[in-house]
Order: sequence, then C-alpha cells, then structure tokens
Amino acid sequence: MTSTLDRAAPAARAPRVRRGLAPVPFLAPGMFFLIVFMAIPVGLLAFYSFFKRGRFGGVVFEFTLDNWVKLFEPLYLGVIGQSIVVAFVVTVLALLLGYPMAYAIAGLSPKWRTVALVAIVLPFWTNFLIRTYAWILLLNNAGWVNQWLQGLGIIDDPIAMLYTPQAIVVGLLYMYLPLMVLPLYASLQQLDPSLREAATNLGATPWRTFRTVTLPLSLPGALTGCIFVFVPAMSNFVIPELIGGGKTIMVGNLVRDQFFEARDWPFGATLALVLTILLVVVIVVQSAVSRRLTEGSRRG
Amino acid sequence: MVDVQNPPTTAMREADPASAPRAVRKARSILVPLWLGYAFLYLPILVVVIMSFNDSENLFVWRGFSLRWYPELFADEKIMQGLANTLVVAAGATAIATVLGTLLAYGIQKYTRGGLIRAFAIAPAILPDLLLGIGLLTFFSLLSLTLGLHSAILAHAVFATAFVTAIVLARMASIDQSLEEASRDLGAGPVRTFMRVTLPQLAPGIVAGALLAFTLSIDEFVIAFFTTAPTQPTLPIVIYSMVRFGVTPEVNALASILLLVSIVTVIAAQRLTRLTGTTK
Repeated sequence: MTSTLDRAAPAARAPRVRRGLAPVPFLAPGMFFLIVFMAIPVGLLAFYSFFKRGRFGGVVFEFTLDNWVKLFEPLYLGVIGQSIVVAFVVTVLALLLGYPMAYAIAGLSPKWRTVALVAIVLPFWTNFLIRTYAWILLLNNAGWVNQWLQGLGIIDDPIAMLYTPQAIVVGLLYMYLPLMVLPLYASLQQLDPSLREAATNLGATPWRTFRTVTLPLSLPGALTGCIFVFVPAMSNFVIPELIGGGKTIMVGNLVRDQFFEARDWPFGATLALVLTILLVVVIVVQSAVSRRLTEGSRRG
Repeated sequence: MVDVQNPPTTAMREADPASAPRAVRKARSILVPLWLGYAFLYLPILVVVIMSFNDSENLFVWRGFSLRWYPELFADEKIMQGLANTLVVAAGATAIATVLGTLLAYGIQKYTRGGLIRAFAIAPAILPDLLLGIGLLTFFSLLSLTLGLHSAILAHAVFATAFVTAIVLARMASIDQSLEEASRDLGAGPVRTFMRVTLPQLAPGIVAGALLAFTLSIDEFVIAFFTTAPTQPTLPIVIYSMVRFGVTPEVNALASILLLVSIVTVIAAQRLTRLTGTTK
C-alpha cells in the first residue's frame, strides 16, 4: 500500500485526481448507504414488477409480464395521459406567470432583489399540506372566493370550484411556481447587460431586444424551470386527493392506492417505474435541448 | 418600494433625458406581474393566518377575534406527539446526512473525475419521492423490519444526504486549494488534512446543508407516509389526516405557527449565508 502511495505522490500535485486507497474513507460510507437505501430499494421495485401479487399483499415469486401488459389497458393509459396533460398545463401556466415575475426581479436593485427572492421562497418553506389546505378554505362552496364573488354581485349562487380538475391545476401551480421563478431568475440575472445595451445602441426597440437577446438567452433557465415544475407535478398525489376530491386520478394516486388499498405491490411498482422512466426521458430531452441551446448561442 | 425604481430611472435620465417619463412608467408596469404573483402566493397563507384568530368553529365565517385555537393546539396530544416524532426523525436524518454528505462531497471533488458518482449521490434529490417511498417500504418489508421512527430516519437520510452533498460540493468549489497542498507538503496525511484544514473551511457549507436537510425533513410527507408506522405519525402525516377527515380550526393556528417558524428560519439562514459569504 505504501508503494502505491509513494508512486502516486509525485504525480499528486499536478492532476487533481489521485489514486490508491485515499478516496475510500470519504466515498465508501455514503456510497454504501445510498446503495443499500436507494439503489437496492429502487432495484427491488424493478424486480417485483415482474412477479405476481400475493393474495394478501406482498409478492409471489412467479415470473410474469402481466403488470407491464396491464399498463396498456385503457383505464391506466388514460390515467397516465391525464397526468401528463395536467402536469403540462401546470408547467405552461407556471412559465407564463413565472417569466414576468423573474424578469421583474432581475431588474430590481440588488438590495430589493434579495427581498423579492426571499418573498418568492418563503411560501415554499411553509408546509405543503397547509398550503394545500389553504386552497380548501378559498375554493370551498362556502369559501372566501365564492363569498367575495357573491358579495360583489358577480354571481348569485356559489360556483363549485373545489374538487374539480381546475382546482388541481391551481393547487399544483401554486405549489411549484417558485421552482419556475428561481431558475428563470438565475438565467436572467446572469445575462450580460452589455448585450442588451448593444442591442439598444444598435437601434432595437425594447420589445425587439427582449425577443432577440433576452428571451433566447434565458431559454435554458426556462427549460430547467419547466422540469422543476413538471416532475413533481406529475407524481404528486396529495393535491389531486385533497383539493381534487380524488375524482381526477393521477399516476401518483394510482400508485398509492395499489400499495395501500388494492395491495397489489407488483403493479404499483410497475406504475411507479413507468412514471420514473417518463420523467427521466423528459429530463434527458431537456438537458439535450439545453446543451444545444447553449452551444448554439455560443457559436452564434 | 420607491427605491426599486430609483436606480434605473436616474441612470436612464442621465442617458436620455427625453425618455425619462416613459422609462418611469415602464419600470412600474414591469412590476405589475410581480405584485400579482405575490398576491397569488400570499393570499392563501393570509387567509389561513386571519382565520386562525377566528372565534368560531366554522372555518368560513368570521365571528370576531379570538386566540382560543392556540391553547387548544398545544393541548392536542396528537399534534404534540406528531411534532415530537418529526423533530426526532429530522434530527436523526440530519445527523446521518451531514456526515455522509460532507464526506461524499469531499471525496467526489477530490478523487473522482467523471460525473457518475456525483450523479448517483445527487440522484435521491431528483428521484420522485413517491418512488423512493414505496421502494423503501418494499425493502423494509422484505427485511421484515418493523416500521417506526427508525425507518423514517433512514428514509429521510437518503434524500437529505443528496442535498447536503450538493451544497457542500458547491462550497468545495470556492475554497482555496493551496492550503490543502501546503498541509500535504508539510507532511499531513489526507485524513488529517481533511480534519484540520478542509473541514473548517467547509463549515459554512456544512451548516447550510444541515439546515436545509433539517427543514426539508420536517416538511417531508410522501416518504414519511410510506416509511413510518401509522401509530407514530410525523407532524405532516397528522396534518394530512386532519385535513382529510374534517378540518378543525386548530389547523389554522398550527399553520400560522409553522409559518412564523419558517420565516424566522429563512431569515436566519439568509443572515448566515451573508455572514459566511463575506469570509470568501
């Protein structure tokens, strides 16, 4: 062991990567922990997805492809499709609402910028169940929104807002909007102001400067924000249940039900894997697109 | 908020006096979506806080000011037990995650070139918590491990480790490499260099990571939902069942207190990072 270290010693100064047993005390404990409590559990789900369910929950070790075939039943395809649509709508709305917010914050003075950012993050640090519950207070038939609308004479009878798909969209949008604003702000803030000045000096109108300079350069941040919103929105099962009334079922609800109600763990595992595969695909596409975007802007 | 518009407008006035009034109008109008966004973000929270002072069993009708829900909250054994469970889980998970995450971040930065180990260490932060939750449930049941606070601690430590690793890695990038080289040239081994030279420099990052791990763990619902025994619920699980099976106005008081705690924590963390930021 000493010989390897001795041999490594002279080379150690120049390159940053050093060999031998030196990394072991640093990397081994964490890697061991993550292998046992992340890789193995997730691997176990993949394994279980090829077996039969036990009569009272659990797994019978008889190989089958039934779980994967079952996914293509219209009922389950429908749920997966519905989840994608809901998460997509939430993401688009978050982008439309979050972009102007991030743009406005990036234009503030440094002092107010910090305040504005903390104000964006603060709701995010309050318990998400409580934030979901707040929407029950607002959207209920006897809730505040209906009271206001009636008080202003806009409507006569309360509108059923809670327990609708729209309520789910609002709840998810509310929950994940800060995750859109932050990466957008980061990319807008990094933007070299001289580029905008150059555009202005060359006679571009503010709108044209925005369209041809600011917007393209902020696209990587927008993409990151979209991922940050889309991924958790897709797998959330609490909001659809609490303010969606469980009527619109999303993949997350289905997975939860397979584990706690239907007691079909292998199919629940399969659904969770499909969800994850979908999300990984989305993330891979996003990073490929964003790499192309940054390369393109560097070349152009 | 007047300050907000002042710097850009004065700058523009110098550059082009004629366009100043237009610039002022523009600067204000650009803030409109921001205020709307804040209204959206804060209205629900405001409603909850106001209703926590409502002297009525009815959640939707204001019957005058009262503090009655606050003492009732503290008298509620289920909530207090949930709070105690949450703190135990968060403390345990933070302790594990801080040690493992710090070591991992150091090891990754110093000894690995490719991003594979890094990606693996950060993965739990990106994986859907649903997948991690049911994976761990399945795993614990395979081992015939009874669920309880211990299983929740292990489960929370997984994602908390990822966050600590990420934050300490970010800090690693900004510390002075030459100090470590000096320590090595003076004959200190890697472990000793780490303890005496690197660790003190990493301390702000480690504290920030631990703080984040702790707050995330306190709030974590989905993973706890799958890995805690129903008899030992954490606070988010207690809140979930309260909201699910008929809300009591106590939830409003609880929400207000948690909100206050969050505000204090965020401001403290902000101060902390600003203080440590100046040492760079």
